[in-house]
Amino acid sequence: MLDDYVLIGLLFVVAFALPVLAITFGNLLGPKKPNRIKNDVYECGMEAFGPAWVRFRVQYYIFALIFLVFDVELMLLFPIAVAYDFLPLFAIVEAVLFILILTAALLYVWRKNALEWS
Amino acid sequence: MDDFRVADLFTSIGRLWTNWLVDLGVSDPWILFINSLIGAILIVVIPVTIVVFTIMGERKIIGRFQDRLGPNRVGPFGFLQTVPDVVKLLTKEIITPDHVDKVMYHIAPMMSVVAVLLIWAVIPFAPNVIGADLDIGVIYFVAVASFGTLAVLFAGWSSNNKYALVAAFRAVAQLISYEVPLVLSLLVPVLLASSMSMQTIVETQRQGWFVILAPISMLIFFISSTAEIGRSPFDLLEADSEIVAGYNIEYSGMKFAMFFLGEWIHAFTICALTATLFFGGWLGPFVTQVPALGVVYFFLKMFILYFVQVWIRTTMPRLRIDHLLNFNWKFLVPLALANLMVMSLVTRLLNPIEGPAADPVVQGAVFFGANLVLVVAALMIVGGVARRARQAQEAQRFRAVASGVQG
Repeated sequence: MLDDYVLIGLLFVVAFALPVLAITFGNLLGPKKPNRIKNDVYECGMEAFGPAWVRFRVQYYIFALIFLVFDVELMLLFPIAVAYDFLPLFAIVEAVLFILILTAALLYVWRKNALEWS
Repeated sequence: MDDFRVADLFTSIGRLWTNWLVDLGVSDPWILFINSLIGAILIVVIPVTIVVFTIMGERKIIGRFQDRLGPNRVGPFGFLQTVPDVVKLLTKEIITPDHVDKVMYHIAPMMSVVAVLLIWAVIPFAPNVIGADLDIGVIYFVAVASFGTLAVLFAGWSSNNKYALVAAFRAVAQLISYEVPLVLSLLVPVLLASSMSMQTIVETQRQGWFVILAPISMLIFFISSTAEIGRSPFDLLEADSEIVAGYNIEYSGMKFAMFFLGEWIHAFTICALTATLFFGGWLGPFVTQVPALGVVYFFLKMFILYFVQVWIRTTMPRLRIDHLLNFNWKFLVPLALANLMVMSLVTRLLNPIEGPAADPVVQGAVFFGANLVLVVAALMIVGGVARRARQAQEAQRFRAVASGVQG
C-alpha cells in the first residue's frame, strides 16, 4: 500500500519538472530587453497610483472564516461515510444530527447577515 | 508470451515489462522505482497530450456555437492551430515586473500546473490501470485540488497589481465558497461505495451508476467544480471586461502559458472525475471480458461531459458576485446538506444492517424518487421566497405611487 506513495512522490517531481522545463525554454528562446517602463506595474497605461497591497473589505475575510468552519467539519464526515456499511441506524441518526448542527451554524450565519454582499 | 492477452492489453504490457526487469536481475526496490517513474511520466504526458486536442476542439466547437468557422487556416480544417500558438508563446519575452513579491510570483504558475496534474494519479482508466489506487483517493483529490486555489491567490497577491489583487479577492470568495458544496456532494458516492478508493467507487457502480442513485450530488458536483475551474458563467476571476485578465495580468510568455495550461487541463479533469464518480468510469458493455475497452469508455464519457461543459460555457453570461455567492451559500449548500441527510437515512432504511439488501431496481427507483422530491421541494421553497420578495417590492412601489398621487 505504501508503494503507491512512491508514485505520488515521483509524480510531484515530474509534474514540477514540466513547468520548470517549459519556462526555462521560454527564457532561452525569448528576447530579453527589459526597460523601466516595461517593468512597471500595469495600470491603464498611467503611472501606477500607490502600492496594490492595501487594506480590503472584511467581507472576503468573513467568507474565508465560514469556509474554514465548514471544511473542518466536513473532514469529520468522511470517516462516517467510509464506515457506512458497518453503521446501524442509530449511528446514522447520530451522523444526521451532526449534519443538522452544521445546518444550524449555516442558519446562524445567515440570520446574522454575514452572507449578504453589501 | 504465455500470459499476453490483447483483451487485457495494458495489464499484459505491464506484466511483461516487470517480468523482463526481473529476468534482467533488477532488485525489487529498483523495479518499484522504475515502474513508478514510468507511471509518473505517463500520468504527466496523458493530460498534456489531451489538452492539445481539447484546445483545438473547444475553439472549433465554440466557433460553431457562435455561427462561425473557428480556426481554419493551419493544417486540415485548422487542426494544427495549437502548434503555432505554442511556438508563439515560447518565443515571447518573459517579463518580471520590478515590484513583485519574487518567491510567490515565480512559484504560482508552476503550482497551478502541478495541482491539476497530481489529480490524475487517482483517476482510473480501466480495471487495474490507475496511477495509484489510494485508500483515500477522494480526500487526496480534495487536498490536491486546493493547491490550484492557492496558486491563484499567490499570483494575485504577489503581482502588486490592483487588477490582480481584485481577482485574488474574488478567488477567496468564489473558489473557497464553492469548495463546500463540492466536498459535500463528494460524500454521497463515498457513502454509497463505503470507500474512498476510486477503483472501489467504480466497481460499486456495476449495481447502477451513481448518476441514477444520486442525481442531485452529480449536479452539485458538476456545477461547483465548474465554479472551481473559473469558467463561464463563473469566470469572475478573469473577467476580461472588468479586471482585464485578473490574476495572471502581470505574467507573460511561458509563465502565462502555464496558467493557461493548468486551467485547460483542469477543465477536462473535472469531467474525468465526474465520469469516474457518477457515470461509472470505465464501466460499459463487455468490459469484464475485455478490460482494455475500459479506456475507450472512460474517455468517451469524459469527452461527452466536456462537450456539455463547453455548451454551458457558450450559453451562460457571467454572474454578478453577490448572485454567485447567494447561489452557493443559500441554495447549493443547504441542498447538499439536505441531500446528504436524506441519502444516508434512505440507504440504511433500504438496506438494514442485519437483513437482505434491497433489489437494485427497487433501490434505484427509491433513490431517484427521493432525489426528485428533494429537488421539487427545494425549487418550491426558492420559488415561494422569490414570489414573496417580488410581492413586497410591488406593494412598496404601489404605496410610493399612491402617496405620490395624494401629494
